[in-house]
Amino acid sequence: MSTATLNDSKTNNDAKSDILLEVNGLKKYFPVKSGILQKTVGHVKAVDDVSFFIKKGETFGLVGESGCGKSTAGRSIIRLYEPTDGQILFDGEDISYLKEKQLKPYRKDIQMVFQDPFSSLNPRKTVGTILEEPFRVHNLYTKAERKERVEHLLDRVGLMPQLRDRYPHEFSGGQRQRIGIARALTLNPKLIIGDEPVSALDVSIQSQVLNIMNDLQEEFGLTYLFIAHDLSVVKHISDRIGVMYLGRMMEVTDKRTLYKNPMHPYTQALLSAIPKSHPSEVKRERIILKGDVPSPSNPPKGCVFHTRCPQAMDHCKEIVPTLKELEPGHFVACHLYE
Amino acid sequence: MSTLLEVKNLKTHFFSKNKVFPVVDGLDFNVKKGETLAIVGESGSGKSITSLSIMGLVPKPGGKTVAGEIIFDGTDLLSLSENEMYKVRGNDIAMIFQEPMTSLNPVLTIGEQITEVLIYHKKISKKEARQRAVDLLKIVGFARAEEILDDYPHRLSGGMRQRVMIAMAMSCDPKLLIADEPTTALDVTVQAQILELMKDLSHKFDSSIILITHDLGVVAELADRVLVMYAGQVVEESEIVQLFDNPLHPYTQGLLGSVPKINEEQERLSSIGGNVPSPDNFPKGCRFSTRCPHVMEKCIENQPDLIEVYPGRKSRCFLHEEGDS
Repeated sequence: MSTATLNDSKTNNDAKSDILLEVNGLKKYFPVKSGILQKTVGHVKAVDDVSFFIKKGETFGLVGESGCGKSTAGRSIIRLYEPTDGQILFDGEDISYLKEKQLKPYRKDIQMVFQDPFSSLNPRKTVGTILEEPFRVHNLYTKAERKERVEHLLDRVGLMPQLRDRYPHEFSGGQRQRIGIARALTLNPKLIIGDEPVSALDVSIQSQVLNIMNDLQEEFGLTYLFIAHDLSVVKHISDRIGVMYLGRMMEVTDKRTLYKNPMHPYTQALLSAIPKSHPSEVKRERIILKGDVPSPSNPPKGCVFHTRCPQAMDHCKEIVPTLKELEPGHFVACHLYE
Repeated sequence: MSTLLEVKNLKTHFFSKNKVFPVVDGLDFNVKKGETLAIVGESGSGKSITSLSIMGLVPKPGGKTVAGEIIFDGTDLLSLSENEMYKVRGNDIAMIFQEPMTSLNPVLTIGEQITEVLIYHKKISKKEARQRAVDLLKIVGFARAEEILDDYPHRLSGGMRQRVMIAMAMSCDPKLLIADEPTTALDVTVQAQILELMKDLSHKFDSSIILITHDLGVVAELADRVLVMYAGQVVEESEIVQLFDNPLHPYTQGLLGSVPKINEEQERLSSIGGNVPSPDNFPKGCRFSTRCPHVMEKCIENQPDLIEVYPGRKSRCFLHEEGDS
């Protein structure tokens, strides 16, 4: 089983305490309802048996195309969605099925930065109020302390403390995203989940935000789960990367290995699809995938990638490949390597 | 190569009650026959309004092309009446938009939408138009072209819709194709399909392309020449390889440095501080002066001109004047 191999590798390579987040066989199915009685007629398997772990202080990148389930995975980990099956271990504690009240202490430790800086901030509240809200929820600090902390946070993300009395509409996209990051930092979290945090930003602003995220990671010893579709950005920020396709994890390894020696045919195609960074660069032969990602409500049988895979074999259509550790720390789910 | 399109001193401004927004402010460029010109810039640089100005589709009320000439194949498009523009649009100049989800009509079949263009411009029968539509869909890579013709847009994925848009744009053999962020809404693997297709088609149809994008990777894939826009003006114009090898303008340098490189290890990205200024509040001197790392005193007071630094390479910056003297 995939979970078994993952656990083996961990006990071999790292001490248990090094791992901050461990996800084992996570599934999230959304029911498809139909008819007057709203009977469940099927399921969208947004996340289907996904396992990975994140070590303390590292950045784990989760990449994939739209509809691959990377955001759903992120939202299930922070328990915005109830997982259908599987295990989420945070700092050794199983938080996958905790009730809201028991979950509250963990809410401080895991925070999220959202994709759209325009809709993730309440337009009717000032930046100061938005940033103080987590303190109110968790009943921390006096009024004066809160104010001081908010001003410190604004300063950390490169905004002037005086801006605390402004409303979100007075800020540009990049500035708003920094406010989103400051909000995620208020309660000194251990893990920050960034769901496409820079995809809505212009390149010059994107690099500002990426640099800030790097600085903050060093300063506060943060661990990041960085979800994105842009492979260059993910490569820049991550230490290890997981590649998802149609709800399943295809390949997990450290970033250097992933870009130098991608083993899964999907990862190979994905990497070859990245546009050149210089016009005279000679690309290794581009693998053009045919067609589009199939619908997750009706995923192909067997390996979910077999409909577009240039190297598909007969048994790929029948048997689901499991994620196996082929080299130390390099996990691949593909029948080619059996 | 002869010139197909010449834009001279184009100014498209937007007006509100008591403010003027010079979104496109004095643009000069040309497009040669068969070449792909990329217009690059961040949001708010005026690149999309430039393309809408050429098409005569500036949003009204509010926007107006207040000055300049757009000479296409010998005619000034700005002097044409609305009826005359109808004959140019879709026929001589076609456009592909960013949003494949919203740019097709949801209540008409794909076939109806492609044949409509053909029947209007080419004055051919319905049957001929249908046959031509099938051919076009095959060219853009649909195997089951006949079936697709009777499908509605909602049945197609984003990449397929964008291919339908391209088929529609190419239907009348346009001399100029304007592609406004054609792959921005698509996934990378689908983007790669569309870029390959556009490369193929530009050779096959020998059309000129104006490619509008913020993605320097797409530029590196497709373009022959590049205009870099900032705050409504061209700040640099260059042939493609030279631009990537040796960017002249500080803004272009910053832009290229901001992109994470896939085959290099970088600890830190260089970035441009601050934000793109709003069009109602452009700096008095050089518009990049508020963010420029090399800003000098005269940059704050005076606007630099777009000057030819090397043959075929222009840049709008006082630094080059310093170098010359």
